[in-house]
Amino acid sequence: MKVRMRYFASLADRAGRPEETRDTAATNPRDLYAEVVREHAFGFPPERVRVAVNDALVGWDHVLADGDEVVFLPPVSGG
Amino acid sequence: MKRFELRDAPIDAVAERATLEDPAAGGCVTFEGWVRNHNDARAVTRLDYQVYGALAESEGAAILDEACARFELRAARCVHRVGALAIGDMAVFVGVSADHRDAAFAACRWIIDEVKRRVPIWKNEHYADGESGWLHPGA
Repeated sequence: MKVRMRYFASLADRAGRPEETRDTAATNPRDLYAEVVREHAFGFPPERVRVAVNDALVGWDHVLADGDEVVFLPPVSGG
Repeated sequence: MKRFELRDAPIDAVAERATLEDPAAGGCVTFEGWVRNHNDARAVTRLDYQVYGALAESEGAAILDEACARFELRAARCVHRVGALAIGDMAVFVGVSADHRDAAFAACRWIIDEVKRRVPIWKNEHYADGESGWLHPGA
């Protein structure tokens, strides 16, 4: 299954890119996050991260589909 | 008019305040967040806001809708800057109008707290020593 990832803020710095397309065996964001953390060494445990799929917030057990756009959101700092 | 808006140009507080006017309102409370020249004892020279646009729009709109459901308001408005900002620039405007002040003060405070907690916008601070860093608050 292919998913498109977008990265923001320090996650983009760690990944060295703002987006990528991944071939993954992960079927939910929890497994996908574990996979990308192994590769990119993001500094956040999942408890501090939120997940968006196709521009909507979802839970860690959301079922991913081929072609989904997935964003892991580190703690925000607007305002 | 949309209650929440992202803006890549300076915010006009007088124009935003005018969006709150209502003959039934007894007052308004507004909050302006400004870019300050220091953070955690470091001298800050400027900052960049990066935004996840689609989700920021929907999450910001949801916060203002929730505020209107939780508090007795006549109007609510929030505008958040994105892009490069200088010291003293307005980063965010929050305003509400209500029949009575208790609801107005409470709602304005609630909105800015929720925006800071939920809307996917990230601040990259540039420091006087030439370094920069993304802020990801929390332990």
